[in-house]
Amino acid sequence: MTIRDPILEGIGAGWQVIDASKLEADRELEADVAIVGSGAGGGIAAEILTKAGLKVVVVEEGPLKSSTDFRMRESDAYPQLYQESAARKTKDKAINVLQGRCVGGSTTVNWTSSFRTPPTTLAHWQREYGLKELSVEALAPWFDAVERRLNIRYWDVSPNENNALLRQAGWTLGVPVAPMRRNVKGCWNLGYCGMGCPTNAKQSMLVTTLPAALAGGATLVHHLRAERLALRGGRAEALEGTAMQAAGIQPLPYRLRIRARHFVLAAGAIGTPALLLRSHAPDPQRLLGRRTFLHPTTVAAALMGHAVKGYAGAPQAIYSDHFLDSVPVGGPIGYKLEVPPIHPVLFATTLHGYGEMHRNLMAEFANTHAMLALLRDGFHPDSPGGSVQLRDDGTPLLDYPITDFVWDGVRRSWLTMAELQFAAGARRVYIVHEQCGGYASLAAAKAGIAQLPLQPQLARVVSAHVMGGCGMAADEKQGVADVWGRYRQLGNVTVCDGSLFPTSIGANPQQSVYGLAARNASRLAEELTARPAPALA
Amino acid sequence: MPTRRQFIKAGLLGGAALAAAGLFWSRGLKEAPGGAVPPGLTLSQRSIVAALAPAILAGALPASGEARSLAIARTVDGVGVAIAGLSAAAQKELGELFALLGFAPARVLLARLWPDWEAATPAQVAAFLQGWRFSRFALLRSAYAGLHDLVLGAWYGNPDAWEAIGYPGPPEMP
Repeated sequence: MTIRDPILEGIGAGWQVIDASKLEADRELEADVAIVGSGAGGGIAAEILTKAGLKVVVVEEGPLKSSTDFRMRESDAYPQLYQESAARKTKDKAINVLQGRCVGGSTTVNWTSSFRTPPTTLAHWQREYGLKELSVEALAPWFDAVERRLNIRYWDVSPNENNALLRQAGWTLGVPVAPMRRNVKGCWNLGYCGMGCPTNAKQSMLVTTLPAALAGGATLVHHLRAERLALRGGRAEALEGTAMQAAGIQPLPYRLRIRARHFVLAAGAIGTPALLLRSHAPDPQRLLGRRTFLHPTTVAAALMGHAVKGYAGAPQAIYSDHFLDSVPVGGPIGYKLEVPPIHPVLFATTLHGYGEMHRNLMAEFANTHAMLALLRDGFHPDSPGGSVQLRDDGTPLLDYPITDFVWDGVRRSWLTMAELQFAAGARRVYIVHEQCGGYASLAAAKAGIAQLPLQPQLARVVSAHVMGGCGMAADEKQGVADVWGRYRQLGNVTVCDGSLFPTSIGANPQQSVYGLAARNASRLAEELTARPAPALA
Repeated sequence: MPTRRQFIKAGLLGGAALAAAGLFWSRGLKEAPGGAVPPGLTLSQRSIVAALAPAILAGALPASGEARSLAIARTVDGVGVAIAGLSAAAQKELGELFALLGFAPARVLLARLWPDWEAATPAQVAAFLQGWRFSRFALLRSAYAGLHDLVLGAWYGNPDAWEAIGYPGPPEMP
């Protein structure tokens, strides 16, 4: 049985796709709406605006890759599909950021975990940022719609052993755990979501909204770096893009300029603020790029003495919100517990140490269970997150100092994970910290973890979620965007991605982006066409 | 404990050595055709990575003989490919790091490595890695982390390394 490749079929059927790496001269396009970014926000906006009858051009810096290319090899996937080869670092290099850079954005490479924006997060936004319209009830129809469109539902297949161990640990200790919802249709349970779904089961933007938009007449330009918006009189006149070489690292000397009535920014929470900074967008309150959030994530590995095979099966199926729900949202930082897929490069590079110690841990690769704690940043005055800056070459750099407030949660999360892992039967637990030589018992872990220095690089911190930087708020003193994502200082620019979030989400953010993008893009469609917006699903 | 004065001196030295090494690096860049970063590693960079690999991959590399040399060479190639896939900014930083490591005074003073890379034993290289891993300078710790990720990523990205860790590789697709 051959797996159909909807992208190759669509191109064969005459989709308008421009590979900017093949440009041999400058070029100009015209559109009703230019969308920057083809990930969760851009994909949803592209389908809605195209269905509304608007002429849409979607711009993507990364390459167009599809199931035929997805060979489930890390050495292919990371350079092709991720920002900076999956090695994007914060300014002090203390946090490694996993973020997609390809058509479909992070939705092409994420692990399919789907959560509505947690009610506690929305209540905080309502209270602290005046976002009264963003209630659980008001957002429910939008989440319903994206769940139908992307087949988001509970994953009723048995979790893989790596996830089952988190569940077992929770049951043993009385820590509530729950199954996840996933955006998949006919999933083969292979475990390679992070390298691009080879069967097109993952309902990413690559196989859902973008094909719908392209079939409806939208144009996709890939290998084009959105350089700046040309601004005049409080409006954007054009998007100026730089063509990239096929490998995606170096620019070509060609420009592609898109003139449009309206611009939708969905380049992600690092890319969108960076584009506005490069464009010298008015920012009288000096908020642009500030309050950019990660979920700083800590890692613990446990040797189980039996096969775990963390590389096989849906990467994420079980989670626990106990350490979010049992603490006040504005108090000491809480964390969500999940597990990661365990593949050789991701695991070997995340694991600390080298030489014999590292090699001995790698020998237990297939018997290792790993756990993640995702820290909920941004809900306390002492957790302002990071800020997006520009390097000399105009590329973005996220400055994200880890504050004492976050470090406190780092240490607590290590203890929690060690306790859970021993409860699940771990023989030895390794906190991913350069000074951790492994613990053979919970008592040893408690004593050891208390001594681990909380220093950048010594403690390994990672993140797969980037949020904020173009925050929305009712008051212009608190947010550059209003509650519909409209950039306050530019009449025809709407932000449609996770950069709108005034805090981190406290859950994997893809569905929060989908829901908000559907809401904002529908409103925009109504404004531009003076007709009711088309239904997403 | 280092005094504040020692700390400042080391910091200044680090800055000066980085600047000197960076000069060599940018000169190297200008010599490349078209001003682009040349793909793959230079000979100097290759010899540094070839010295790092036996220390970082101790126990994982074949013990001796041609298999060992081949495995090291493949890892060096893999590091070159990995660097070529990084952002221009990261490539520039790594270029500066390798220039620094390849610059004898900096190698001795900052890496505390007396022999040159080709003559250094895995134990001497491991001592250098250990020093940077636990350095009080965040810059050196992050450089260690970068070398760690490059070499281990290149090694475990290669299917040759999978059998030893019990990874069957991705499933066969129909």
